[in-house]
Amino acid sequence: MTINLFKYAAPTAFYPAAGRLIPWFGGLALILILFSLYWGFFETPERLGGSNPQKEYYRIIFIHVPAAWMSMWLYLVLAAWSAIGLVFNTRLSFMMANAVAPTGAIFTFIALWTGAFWGRPSWGTYWDWDPRLTSELILFFLYIGYIALHSAIDDTRRADRASALLAIVGLVMLPIIFWSINCPDPNQCAALHQRSSLSNIESNILTAMLTMTLGFWLYSFATSFARLRGIILLRESDSGWVRKIVEREART
Amino acid sequence: MLKVFGCILGRDITLALRRRTDVLTTLFFFIIVVSLFPLGVGSEREMLRELGPGVVWVAALLASMLALERLFAADFDDGTLEQMMLTGQPLALLVLAKIVAHWLLTGLPLVFIAPLVGMQYHLSDGAIWIMMASLAVGTPILSLLGAIGAALTLGLRGGGILLSLLILPLYIPVLVYGSGAVAVSMIEIADTQPYFYLLGAFLLLALLFAPLASAAALRISVE
Repeated sequence: MTINLFKYAAPTAFYPAAGRLIPWFGGLALILILFSLYWGFFETPERLGGSNPQKEYYRIIFIHVPAAWMSMWLYLVLAAWSAIGLVFNTRLSFMMANAVAPTGAIFTFIALWTGAFWGRPSWGTYWDWDPRLTSELILFFLYIGYIALHSAIDDTRRADRASALLAIVGLVMLPIIFWSINCPDPNQCAALHQRSSLSNIESNILTAMLTMTLGFWLYSFATSFARLRGIILLRESDSGWVRKIVEREART
Repeated sequence: MLKVFGCILGRDITLALRRRTDVLTTLFFFIIVVSLFPLGVGSEREMLRELGPGVVWVAALLASMLALERLFAADFDDGTLEQMMLTGQPLALLVLAKIVAHWLLTGLPLVFIAPLVGMQYHLSDGAIWIMMASLAVGTPILSLLGAIGAALTLGLRGGGILLSLLILPLYIPVLVYGSGAVAVSMIEIADTQPYFYLLGAFLLLALLFAPLASAAALRISVE
């Protein structure tokens, strides 16, 4: 069976499809997040590291790292949909970029917030001007800038295209953020934040962390689609099919 | 093509020199911001020496941002901008000429006023030279990146505040390496080399991409 994916580039076709997909993504996200919370709390070691172990509080990792990953990934998604929208001039791409942005901003905020709580017991400070923390903060500003620019322009077409261009320009910051975490040469970047060390992590911790990442990813799908449906209804509000939906909702 | 570039450059500079207050306002804004800090944080020699590079660079960032709003606004209001877009010349080139003019009028004066500011903060002679050099390499980047934001927020209500929200995050690398160079120069002048390499790399990248992005942004804003 082949599915014509381009059919779903039309808001008319995508609206009901997204509606059917949301419960699946949402439900799976809930299951995965609950599973990884269970696994992270009860199946993992109580302390981390050798001579100066991190005790129970290291479990923040299960929220912190997946949220940081999602914050970068969603910016990439945002910029990709913006680029597709600018190149092919498709309405839905801009709406998609628009729908992803708040979720990305929230994940960036969560990464910063949980990082602060983790920093307090392990480094003795909520915040430090370390390249990794600072670059994540810049990412947060980029999301806020995108949302602010879009909401400042009344003309939808101009708002879409202008903020899409901004998202693509902001993309230059993404490698900086990525390599400030995965620094190729540790001597080059003295920092408080530890390097990414996925390869030598304990397998139970890794399981919980990756499940949480998958859960967060599906959650992003669910929320973005829900937001997207709202945006579609708002923008297509003078078309016939939207009016039919509104009438049907009003009756039930 | 060079002729068009020179034409726009000459026009913008002539226009600005007819109204000198615009240029001087930016310069005096820079001086006032820099002079406020010692009054706010205390005037101890050692502390000022440590704060100096960062304060000067932050003030340069704000001053260049303040002037950005005017980069396209006047031409947009009287329709010149639309005429420029209708000419057969590449828009990116025209934008680049406008950016260069903007930098000559707002960035370059900051470079020359820097020694005065350096003395206010008791910086050593070597550090002052490095500060001038880092501003000379860094302020063009600010004008180039800022042009993108100025083009995107063209004609919007509250454009100035929005502009700062969009552009300041992108300025951060320039700020870090620009003030870093000056701070390092107080310890060992030779160690500033990597900072200048990085600033130079930023400048080349910005020179290549910023006019194109600004031109695209102008097309979006004016259409």
